[in-house]
Amino acid sequence: MLNTLNGRAILLSMVLLAISLGIWEALNQPPEASAAMSEFEMLMGGADQEARVPPPSQVLEHAWTELSNPFYDAGPNDKGIGIQLAYSIYRVLTGYFAAALVAIPLGFVIGMSPLMHKALTPFIQVLRPISPLAWMPLALFIIKDSEQSAIFVIFICSIWPMLINTAFGVANVRKDWIRVAQTHELGALKTAWKVILPAAAPTILTGMRISIGIAWLVIVAAEMLVGGTGIGYYVWNEWNNLDLNSVIFSILMIGIVGMLLDMALATVAKLVQYEE
Amino acid sequence: MNKHFVSVENLSKRFPTKSEDLVVFDEVNIGFDKGEFVCIIGHSGCGKSTILNVLAGLDTPSGGAVIMDGTEVSGPSLDRGVVFQNYSLLPWLTTLQNVSFGVQARWPKWDKKKVDEHSKHFLEMVGLSASLNKKPAQLSGGMRQRVSIARAFATSPKLLLLDEPFGALDALTRGVIQDELLKIWNATQQTVFMITHDVDEAILLADRILLMTNGPNARIAESVKVSIPRPRDRSDIIEHPAYYKIRNHLVNFLVKRSGEMSGAAAPTGNTLEVDPAEPDATAAATSVPIKKAAAYTA
Repeated sequence: MLNTLNGRAILLSMVLLAISLGIWEALNQPPEASAAMSEFEMLMGGADQEARVPPPSQVLEHAWTELSNPFYDAGPNDKGIGIQLAYSIYRVLTGYFAAALVAIPLGFVIGMSPLMHKALTPFIQVLRPISPLAWMPLALFIIKDSEQSAIFVIFICSIWPMLINTAFGVANVRKDWIRVAQTHELGALKTAWKVILPAAAPTILTGMRISIGIAWLVIVAAEMLVGGTGIGYYVWNEWNNLDLNSVIFSILMIGIVGMLLDMALATVAKLVQYEE
Repeated sequence: MNKHFVSVENLSKRFPTKSEDLVVFDEVNIGFDKGEFVCIIGHSGCGKSTILNVLAGLDTPSGGAVIMDGTEVSGPSLDRGVVFQNYSLLPWLTTLQNVSFGVQARWPKWDKKKVDEHSKHFLEMVGLSASLNKKPAQLSGGMRQRVSIARAFATSPKLLLLDEPFGALDALTRGVIQDELLKIWNATQQTVFMITHDVDEAILLADRILLMTNGPNARIAESVKVSIPRPRDRSDIIEHPAYYKIRNHLVNFLVKRSGEMSGAAAPTGNTLEVDPAEPDATAAATSVPIKKAAAYTA
């Protein structure tokens, strides 16, 4: 195992994990059993001294119980982690694909037409730096539905990286390849489909990969605002419940799902990658 | 001007600059007959590639016109196939797909099987039957250029334009692909216009070699006939009595006269027809233009 770079990397990761979990565990042991506090001490917040970040052993134990029954539904305030994540993933993917449907064709137009590029750049420059959550009140007012407003926020935050990357990729397709299309009398649509799309696909996929990352970041915040369901709501709800086990567990789950989404896009990117 | 299959008439290219127009080339007249193989030689910057691009329809001239088969060239067309120096293969397609890309564009009604068969036939002619499913990145430079040549020939264009196709290849590979090119040209009898920097390559391949003076104000000074019979073989061709006469004539032009004549207006705007293999023509051709050039530059 120590002979290969991968083997050594895995080993080192394990060691680092063990050390950090060990420190975390050691720093968060329950205090020595103290004499029972008087009622007065209790009222004065004596319990503060007992409040602590749960050690990893407790979190893992909690994770095990949550993960062994991820899809239970015991009312609005008590749903399994699987259900919460499914809501979030559904919102992210809906907003994300809606954004792709707009951003990729529009990116083609901007990339292929210098006129459109110049005409649309000011709009993009102004709209792009707006924090997606700033759209939330307006979205809530216009759409009048919290669920769809969250999807809209995902839409608006995913659109920019895809739009800009598509436009860049399309505008920078090698002139030689365009000439090949021209000398073979391909029309504009066929050129776009058979030459520009495959040529720009790796750049477009880079944009899509950035977008899915941003969308997953934003959904947590959006759901904290709109409430109801979703992993973002779940984290905030467990904070209100002062259930830090669940908070840490869901932070971990957010990370894992984000990684899986990125890996999925990386796989697609590999399929359209070409070597020059 | 007599009827040619393709005729380039009074072609010129200028770029406006602050003071006066920069004339790249002027009064370029070329006539191609059907099935003819014409090479053009000249130093960098004389506008050879621009002429080729105008012929391809990828560039527009500042003056003059290209007429092919009775109609004026006004844009790119499948009737004129182009092989670029940097191969211009689509890197996400395999060898076979790159060729069938062209075939499909040429005959949109063909089914996939027919397209593939036709493409394979041409890939076989350039010796690539074993690499049908490789991507360009897995091929050597020489193999890539063969794919590009197969793609151009497979669409049976009326005129084939080769822009320094072997410029980036090493000498050995170059020789092999020149042979492939001759083979496929013999089989298809295409009309070919090719840019090259290589004198020997031009003699091996061409019926006629056009010599361009240095830019700016470049023009086609001479049209040199290569009177060596075909089929030509690279090892036998050097034994032919005309070979060194032609070669010396070309080298002399490139080293000396192309520079001396540069900027000089053409006496009549016409290209001098030269056949170095004829006993007295060599002397006349090598000496006369120098005097003319001297007279015009003085």
